[in-house]
Parts: sequence; structure tokens; C-alpha cells
Amino acid sequence: MILVEYAVIFIILAPFIGGLLAGIDRKLTARMQGRVGPPLLQPFYDVGKLFKKEQIVVTPSQHFYVLSYLVFIVASGALFFAGGDLLLVIFAFTLAHIFLVLGAYSSYSPYSFIGAERELIQIIAYEPMIILAAVGMYMVTKTFFVWEIMASSMPLILYLPGVFLGFLMVLTIKLRKSPFDLSTSHHAHQEIVKGVTTEFSGPMLARVEIAHWYENVFLLGFIYLFFAWNPLVGIIAIIIAYVLEILIDNTFSRATWKFTLKSAWIIAGMMGLVNLGVLYYLSGVVPV
Amino acid sequence: MINNDRNPDFYPFEGEFMITLPFLILFPAVIAVLLLLVSADAWRRLVVKAGALIIGIASLYLLFITPGSGPEFFPVALDSISELMFLAEMVIAAFLVYLGIKYKKYLAIFLVLAQAALLVYYESLAAAGTHAVPRLFIDQFSLILALIIGIIGSLICVYALGYMATYQEHHPEVRDRRRTFFFLMFFFLSSMFGLVFSDYLPWVFFFWELTTLCSFLLIGYSGTGEAVNNAFLALNMNLLGGIAFVGALLYLAFVSPGGELLDISTLIHSGHMVALVPAVLIAFAGITKAALMPFSAWLVGAMVAPTPVSALLHSSTMVKAGVYIIVRFAPVLTGTMEGLIIGLIGGFTFLLASAIAISQSNAKKVLAYSTIANLGLIVACAGVGTYKLVWAAILLIIFHAIAKSLLFLCVGTVEHRIGSKDIEDMTGLIVRMPHVAVMMFIGIAGMFLAPFGMLISKWAAIEAFIEAQFGLIFVAILAFGGSITVFFWSKWMGKIISVCPVAAKVENRIPQEKWIALSLLTAMTVFVCLAFPLISSHLIEPFVLSVYGATTRLSQDNVTIMVMMLFLLMIMPFSLLWFRKEKNIVPPYMAGRPATPDLHFLGSMGVTRQVTLGNYYLEEVFGEKKLFMAGTALCFGLILLVGTLTAGVAL
Repeated sequence: MILVEYAVIFIILAPFIGGLLAGIDRKLTARMQGRVGPPLLQPFYDVGKLFKKEQIVVTPSQHFYVLSYLVFIVASGALFFAGGDLLLVIFAFTLAHIFLVLGAYSSYSPYSFIGAERELIQIIAYEPMIILAAVGMYMVTKTFFVWEIMASSMPLILYLPGVFLGFLMVLTIKLRKSPFDLSTSHHAHQEIVKGVTTEFSGPMLARVEIAHWYENVFLLGFIYLFFAWNPLVGIIAIIIAYVLEILIDNTFSRATWKFTLKSAWIIAGMMGLVNLGVLYYLSGVVPV
Repeated sequence: MINNDRNPDFYPFEGEFMITLPFLILFPAVIAVLLLLVSADAWRRLVVKAGALIIGIASLYLLFITPGSGPEFFPVALDSISELMFLAEMVIAAFLVYLGIKYKKYLAIFLVLAQAALLVYYESLAAAGTHAVPRLFIDQFSLILALIIGIIGSLICVYALGYMATYQEHHPEVRDRRRTFFFLMFFFLSSMFGLVFSDYLPWVFFFWELTTLCSFLLIGYSGTGEAVNNAFLALNMNLLGGIAFVGALLYLAFVSPGGELLDISTLIHSGHMVALVPAVLIAFAGITKAALMPFSAWLVGAMVAPTPVSALLHSSTMVKAGVYIIVRFAPVLTGTMEGLIIGLIGGFTFLLASAIAISQSNAKKVLAYSTIANLGLIVACAGVGTYKLVWAAILLIIFHAIAKSLLFLCVGTVEHRIGSKDIEDMTGLIVRMPHVAVMMFIGIAGMFLAPFGMLISKWAAIEAFIEAQFGLIFVAILAFGGSITVFFWSKWMGKIISVCPVAAKVENRIPQEKWIALSLLTAMTVFVCLAFPLISSHLIEPFVLSVYGATTRLSQDNVTIMVMMLFLLMIMPFSLLWFRKEKNIVPPYMAGRPATPDLHFLGSMGVTRQVTLGNYYLEEVFGEKKLFMAGTALCFGLILLVGTLTAGVAL
């Protein structure tokens, strides 16, 4: 049963939650680095200012790709919160990112071009794990529909600890946290300037930023699925996972693409696949 | 309901069929002979276009008269046909031996002779037995293949008119044998129709050999040393498959001297005891024809042929014959160790061929490896062979045929205008050849993006594999292989949509025939995505239901969401109308260096350079040589394993 009202709630609330999250993120990061940090609402001020700036473009077609990126990120998140098919959500999510990559390619700019290539490497690094996570949830709950997974009241995390750890790797890549912020970074020390987003500016960059907020809320929703049987534990788990990501971000230096790809695939294989294999074996012995 | 009525008096009142099926087999052959006779270009254009139109209409007509479920049979009570076929096979063998001697290809001669000897032996056995009345048949699966051959195949022939004219201009060293070329193209269609409409295995084999022959001659069209070598490579590998096919016929002749098991429709329902060995042998033939590892080399080598040949061989005909026969025998393979191993060969081929595609910059080679990968995926589905997987496999066959033929034809068009097949040279295609670039873009999207066809099939395959035995291996293969595909397609897409400031528009002088074929295929790529619930419910589900007694589909919610996504995707480009008014256009960021509008900048040592951007090919990780070796060794081992197992069953 697809619940449209949850999708609407997501579309309205997610940017606020995502923006707030970004504010907390910056504050915490600053504290870890011994700085005071910007006000909590700074991300909103930033985006508001971007919208007021005059739009410049390298090619008008950038607009099309960035808008599509935003639209499909929102669509995949909305589908997720409405309780849709997890695999379809993941595919829509990939589609959205391909638009971001194409937007970077379209400008024929050296920096965004390298950013685009690296973003693609990141996509292929995390995508197997995210699909395996969905498959793992299916193996436990016998459904791909998010609303059924939510309703199943199974402590998924107990069945899928390896998959969860693998998913944290995905989260690190997706939240653009060091060591896996290859294609673009929140920090101003990128050797390829701003990578994928180099050529996006003004209102267009604001759209990219908002899409990123939506995306983060969706990813945290995914984390919540592992703990859905107990909302309190779920929220605590999200908080811990996020703080952990910030800690990782501030602890490691940026990795090379090869290290990123290899480690992501090894973790997907060792954590995700082994977990699923055990589950598959056990399902023959004890009915899940 | 399976119609197993063997009563020769039973002629269902479908007079149209009795005309249409033989018509579709014979008419392209007639056109082919006609094309061999006419030499004037104007006449050739007329004959090809008229022929293609009639074949297309006739195959569409099948759509309206095919029964709603189950196969429909048509006994052909002409004894002389089988004898004529045998005679033709001997003539072909003699012809191949002659070519083998001419080009000093002794392995080919050996294989031809071995196959011919087995065939003679089989005929001597069969002649002693009773005569089953050979039958033509049609069911939804044959119909799907017929539509692919009749519509896509003939569109490629129309496209070839424009292509070959330019090809001969660009390659004056290649002797103009266009008469033979078009003869072979249409003859190919004819043999493919024969293959999918034959229920009688010796006939299937006859048409099987015809496709081998046609592909051999078409690959070697240009007559250069490389072309001849690759043609013989294809021939050798396909002959190996052919020998396995005759082996299956011989086995059947031994176990049922009466010849009643020689019909596909009977054989697949006669149980593992008798059907497994021939099914594995025929699946092996299918693996060679579908160019799975370790036989993938012939398909990559076949890229030397003119692009329409590649398109015909690798999207709608040749390789589809290979997967067609494996999907036909999926009910026999399912649940067996042999089927699982065949599925694994497909799975590993999918994974490794996709990975190799990352390291390729030649567009035709990328398409070749992606073809091999997708055929691998189809075979993986058919080898494991549950009803859900067969559903996914047929979906893959449809979507792949359309999107891949479109891509081949786009590459062919681009190649003639910019003089290169290299993806690196396609920078800024959206500026240089906007229409073709958009078509190519849609074709690529059709290969890997939601909500287009191939992705739907991969998705269905993931869901179906989870429930299958040992399915987790395949799920993992799909998860990794699927994301690898994202990489090489996206970077190609990125290349063509880069708005390069130095590019000049060159999209003129593209013959009308090319435009017709390209636009129709683009429209079909989008159309099948919209119409796929209908295709599923009217064509695929009845077939799966009639074979397995159960069927599957995507849930209604998902179909609705997919259609919504597709509409969203189709309205997004209209935002460009709004954004086109953008006035503040600036050059890209060049790290503050002074740069000219065409991106020249002052580099180190005072040298002025121009910006050039190249894709990642990640040779170290995804190098062709390394992965090809690994895949060949792995799949060869698996084939030995399945061979041993089958020999154990047979003895």
C-alpha cells in the first residue's frame, strides 16, 4: 500500500531536516577541530544567499540536468517514504545521480569532468552494497516494499549486522565524507576545486545543495529500516551512525579512487555477501 | 493448455498461418535472390525497401492472428523438404571446405568434415526409422522473436542501403559486392524465421547452420586478412556448436528411433531422463552462437564487418538464435546441476564482459562486450530457468534487441560523419550531430537506466534469483555487474553530451534511409517501455503460463510508478525551453589561467595548449587481457564440468 501522505510529508519536511542536519554537522565538525563553528542555521542562510545570486552558466543544458537531479532525488525519497519497492527506489536514486554526473560532464570543464568520472567510480563502489542491503531485507521479511518491511516488526539489524556495517560504508560515500569524498567535498581543500559541482553556481548550486539534503534524509531513513521494530532504538541508531560519520570525516585523509573502489567492494563482499550467505544457509535450517 | 495433438488429420482452421509462416520464411529468401540479380542501385533501393516493408507488415500481422495461449502447429507433409535440406547442408559443407582450402584454414575444414560425417550418420539412422511429419509452429515466444527479426532486422537492412553506399565510397579498396551483401542480409532474415518457426529439430538445425554460414560470409565481407581470420574464427566456434547440435540429434535418434522426440514441443515435456542430454548439447550450441565466454572472441572479432552486419548479428538475429534455443530448453534445464552450471557460465560472462567494457574506448567494442554481457545474463536466467527467470529472460531479449540495434546504427552513422568509432572522438556530439546524439543518448539510457527496459529486466531477474536455488550467487553477480554497466554507459553518455566550445556541426549528408531506421528504432525504444505491461500480459505471460503452468509480472504499483517516472523523464527536457533564455554564459573555470573561448591556455614552459578531456578506462583494474583470460579459463572449466556431468547421464 503506497502512502501518498508520507511522500508529501517527506517532500515538505525533508529540506528542513536535511538543512538542520547539515548545520549540526558543521557545528560538530567545528567543535572536533577546536573551532566555534557557524550558527546552526547557517546552511539555510547559505542556500538563501545562493538563490539571490545572479545565475551564470557554462551551458544552459546544465540547468536541465541539475533540475532532473533534484526532481529524481525527491522522487526516489518520496517513493521510499511512501513505502514503495526498495529496488525501484534504489534505481531511481541511481538515475538521479547519473543526472548530476551528466550535468558535470555537460560543461566541458576540466575540474567538473574529473569530478564526474570520480563520482561514477563512487557510484559503482557503493551500488552493489546498497542492492545487497535491499536483498538482505527481502531475505528476512520476504518483501521489497518499504511499508511491509516497516510493518514486519522484525529486528532486521539482528539478522543483517554485516549488511548494516556495509551500509555504513555506503553512507560515508554518499554523505561525501572523507576518506571517500573523491568527487566533491564539503571542505575547501579539494585538489579538483569543487569537483562535480565546480561549474554550478547561484540558484543552480542551491538546487544541488537542497537535493543533497533530501538525499541525506532518505539515507537516514534507510538506516532506520534496520531498526524499524523499535522507533526509539532506530532514532538512537541514526544519531550514533551520523556522529560516527562525522568522526570518520574528521579522522581520515582522502583516499584514492582505487582504494575507495577496492575497499567498498571488499566490504560489500565480506560483510554484505557473507551475511547474506549465512542467512541463506540458516533459512534452510531454521525458518526465519 | 499445451496442444500436443499429433493427429496428422488435425488441421486447425487458421488458413492464414499456413500462408504466413512459410511466407515469412520464403519471402525474404526470394527478395534475397532478387537482390542478387539486380545491380542498379535505384532498383536495389526499391527492392530492399519494399521487401523490408512487406516483411515488417507480415510479422506485425502475426501479432493479430497468433492464438492467445499455447502453441499452434502446422504439419508440413512434404517429404522432399527434409531431403532437400540434407542436400543443401552437404553443398554448404562442400562450399566451406572449398573456402577452407582456399584460405588454408585447416581447422575449419576438419570441423566441417566432422559435422558432415555426423550428419550423414544421422541421416542413415533417421532414414531407417519412421517418418514423423515435420511441423512448423508458432507460440508467443516465436512470435516475439519473429517481430524482432521482421521489424528490427528489416529496418537494419534499410539502414544498410545508406550505410553501404557511403562504406564503398570510404573504402575504395573493398570490392563492391553489395549484391552479395544484401543477398546475405535478407537470407539471414529468412533463416532466422525458419529457426524460430520450426518445431522439428533437424529443421532447426538446418536453419541454425544457415545462420552460421551467413554470418561467416558477412563478417568476411571486406576480404581483408583480419576480416577473413575473424570470419573463420566465428565459423570454427559456431561449427563446434553445430557439432554438439548434431550430437543432440544423434542421441535422440538412438533413444527414440521413431523420431517422436525430435519435436521441441514434445521433447521439453518428456522429462529429464531423455531430454537432459540433448538439452545440454543444444545449450552448448546456443552458448557458442550467443558468444558467451569462452567463445566470446568471435563476436568481438566480428566487429570488423560493416556496422549494419554487427547490428544484425548482435542485436536481432545470430546471437538471439543462441539464446532463443536455450530459453526454449529452460524447462528441461531448470532444477538440474547442468542447468545451474550453464547459468553460471552466463553469469560470469555477464560480470566479466561488463567489466571489460569499462576498459574499451572503441564504441563498437563497448557494444560488443555489452552484448556478450547481456546474452550472458539471458543465459543465466534461462539456465536456472524458473518461470520468473524465463519471464525476465524474454523481457531482456526484447529490450536488448531494440536498444542495441539503435546503438549500433547510431555508431555507424557517427562513424561515417566524423570518421571514427572511438568514444573519445565523440566529444560534444550533442553540438556536432544533435539529432543522432539524442538518439544515441536514448539508446544508452535504454540499456541501463530506470525506468527503461533493460533495467526492468535486471530488476525482475534480481527478484527472481533470490527465490531460486543457489540464487544468491546470481544476485551478487547482478549487483556488481549491474553497477559496472552504469560506469561504462554513463561515461559514454557524458562524452556525447559535453557541450564542447570548439565543435562544428556536421550533421548533414546523412541518407534518408538511415534517418528512417534511426527514428523508428528510437521511437520503439521509448514505446516498448510504455507498452511493456501490455507486452508482458499479451505475449510473455501466456507463453510462460503455457510452459510452466505459472507466470509472473511486476506488481501494479510498480508499473504505475515506472510509467510516472517515464513521463517525468519525458517532460524534463521541456525545462530547456525555459532555460534556453539564459544570458550569462561564461567559459568553464580554468583555475584562473587566462584562456581563450576555445579553451587554449598558456601551459608550462610557455607552450599554448588546448584543453582536452579524456575518460577513465581503469586499465589496471578492468584490463581486457587479464579479465578475458580469467573469464575464458573459468567458463571453459565450467563447460568441461557440465560436459562430464552430461556424459555421466548419457552413458
